[in-house]
Amino acid sequence: MVLGGLLAYPIYQLGLISVFHYTQAQVSGGEPTTFEGFGNYSALFSDGQFWEVLLATVVFAAACVVSTLAVGCALAVLLTRVRAVPRLALMLAALGAWATPAITGSTVWLFLFDADFGPVNRVLGLGDHSWTYGRFSAFLLVLLEVVWCSFPFVMVTVYAGIRAVPAEVLEAAALDGASQWRIWRSVLAPMLRPILVVVTIQSVIWDFKVFTQIYVMTGGGGIAGQNLVLNVYAYQKAFASSQYSLGAAIGVVMLLILLAVTLVYLRLLRRQGEEL
Amino acid sequence: MKLSVRMVAVAAVLATAACAPQTSGNSSSDKDEKTGTLRVWLFQEVNNRPKEQVVDSVLADFEKEHEGTEVTVEYIPVETRAQRIKAAFNDPKSAPDLIEYGNTDTAGYVKDGGLADVTADFGAWGEAKDTDPTARQSVTVGGKIYGVPYFVGVRALYYRTDVFEELGLDVPKTQEELISTAKEIRAARPELYGLAVGGAYTYGAMPFIWAHGGELATGKGGSYAAAIDSVAARKGIEAYTSLFGDDNCPAAKCAAMTGNDTITAFAAGKAAMAIGGDFSHAAVEAGKVKGRYAVVPLPGLKAGSIAPAFAGGNNLGVLKSTTHRTLAVDLMKRLASKEAQGELFEAMGFLPTFSDVREQVAAKEAFVKPFVATLAADTKFVPASPAWAQIDAGQVLPTMFQEVVSGKKDVDAAAADAAKKMNDAFGSVG
Repeated sequence: MVLGGLLAYPIYQLGLISVFHYTQAQVSGGEPTTFEGFGNYSALFSDGQFWEVLLATVVFAAACVVSTLAVGCALAVLLTRVRAVPRLALMLAALGAWATPAITGSTVWLFLFDADFGPVNRVLGLGDHSWTYGRFSAFLLVLLEVVWCSFPFVMVTVYAGIRAVPAEVLEAAALDGASQWRIWRSVLAPMLRPILVVVTIQSVIWDFKVFTQIYVMTGGGGIAGQNLVLNVYAYQKAFASSQYSLGAAIGVVMLLILLAVTLVYLRLLRRQGEEL
Repeated sequence: MKLSVRMVAVAAVLATAACAPQTSGNSSSDKDEKTGTLRVWLFQEVNNRPKEQVVDSVLADFEKEHEGTEVTVEYIPVETRAQRIKAAFNDPKSAPDLIEYGNTDTAGYVKDGGLADVTADFGAWGEAKDTDPTARQSVTVGGKIYGVPYFVGVRALYYRTDVFEELGLDVPKTQEELISTAKEIRAARPELYGLAVGGAYTYGAMPFIWAHGGELATGKGGSYAAAIDSVAARKGIEAYTSLFGDDNCPAAKCAAMTGNDTITAFAAGKAAMAIGGDFSHAAVEAGKVKGRYAVVPLPGLKAGSIAPAFAGGNNLGVLKSTTHRTLAVDLMKRLASKEAQGELFEAMGFLPTFSDVREQVAAKEAFVKPFVATLAADTKFVPASPAWAQIDAGQVLPTMFQEVVSGKKDVDAAAADAAKKMNDAFGSVG
């Protein structure tokens, strides 16, 4: 009940604000609050930039999820294959990345790729190439940072899952002459499905809501707003320019999208006859 | 099950219709106490000690004059001022009586219902007649006055005397010469930016637009219309964006730069010229180029003319919610008096808002001469509309410049888009 209340009340407020004309002038009582109905939503949907940002967010989040899962699963399998010392080293390195606050991680990555002082340019001999200037190279840079700070969760969870798989099964597959990839594809992945579902949904939610990395690494949305994602866009509307109701409307849209993604995903799984 | 879902839906609709989001009753207070504690918020400057001394001496006189009053001053960090002042408007009980605020925020704060109308007090104030017109405009919204100007800030052209001497160059006298000189320097000294420019440096770019006769927006009072897509304004955008490129300031680096970035580059010896304010003087003095630079007004189109500059600066204002209106207004006038502004200039280098005081200090301090000359020539201000805060925060102008310099759009398309966004903002604030 308490949990429900804690969850429901903010969402209720978000929805409420999104149907009013609610800016700083209304909050501090300079002007009366007026009911707008779906005015904020229609303003949002008729704004070309919103659709552009939404598309960029979906594509970027999808790329992040796929890369994070690929890296996380590959390293989890690697963990089961190496000796204790390298395993410990890899674990510690991953935990270090995981424990680093997003803002610190972003700043460090940005420094690594800095046009004037960054070691990456020096090693690759790129002179003063700017990584944040082009749209794709800026997104790529942020993607690397996002993958770096979120693969440990996938890796650790999947590793724990693999450990729980009976050793005989893997041994039998190996005796049958299955390759590493084949073992993953036909034995591990199906057995780990519930775990993979959880980490995928987690990753989708995280990467769809990415804020800090974009805000810090592209200076609040990149050249001419080319690297805006939905969360940063909402921040710009809601807090930087005090259009709280418009920001709330974006928040509601995000909530609905994430809810839909999760439901569709669960539905698909159920249809395949898997219970979670 | 079905029924309960419907019930919830009905209940939600009822709840939505019944209650609106919270607002605070920020009506003007009818109390006007003549004793008690006055709370003042001023901005915390990088080197704040001299400012505190000037303020303290004003306060000492004030407290002597008004028995039974006490003033507490809090210096708030500039970076978080927006949140602090919004919070003050939201919670009148813990709000200060008097605040310092950036002059581009005036219209927004008035719309928020935060600032008290002091038109009558300003009119009755003897010293007000010498306030320069642009500074007066920066406290005026819809014909009413909401504060007093505290100091002004204006930008001019910083250039490296040693580089100019070495290459045998003359100080540019027109905007055309400025651009060609910048490219000449870059060609001869490729490690330097000719003129450091930034895609996010709105107030460095505006003089180019104003010099060509363009405007940000036209209109008076409440209703404005964007003019950034006019023929004249587009010529200015063309001129400014022509400075981005490998022949002056490579777009890959300069598109994202802000005003501070350009000054940092100049102070570190990486640029031969930069557009900086009188308030940038200390930063440049502290850099590598100390003693090897000079400042002149930014040239306009014709030889000898000065490009109109943006008159930035801060104001002081009394909050609508104050319970000590008379005292707060008196303190505001004392803090912004001719004498106090003269002292503030000596302590901090902030230019006075009174034309006569400014001329006096310019006679004493050589470095302010180009800035005072710029102020005397022509200065402009942003539209006195609450929409400006939205346009500024929405990065409308930086986006326009960045779209042009990164080749995403041509000048016409980028200006048309910016004009549309500005008009949307002007429209949304009514």
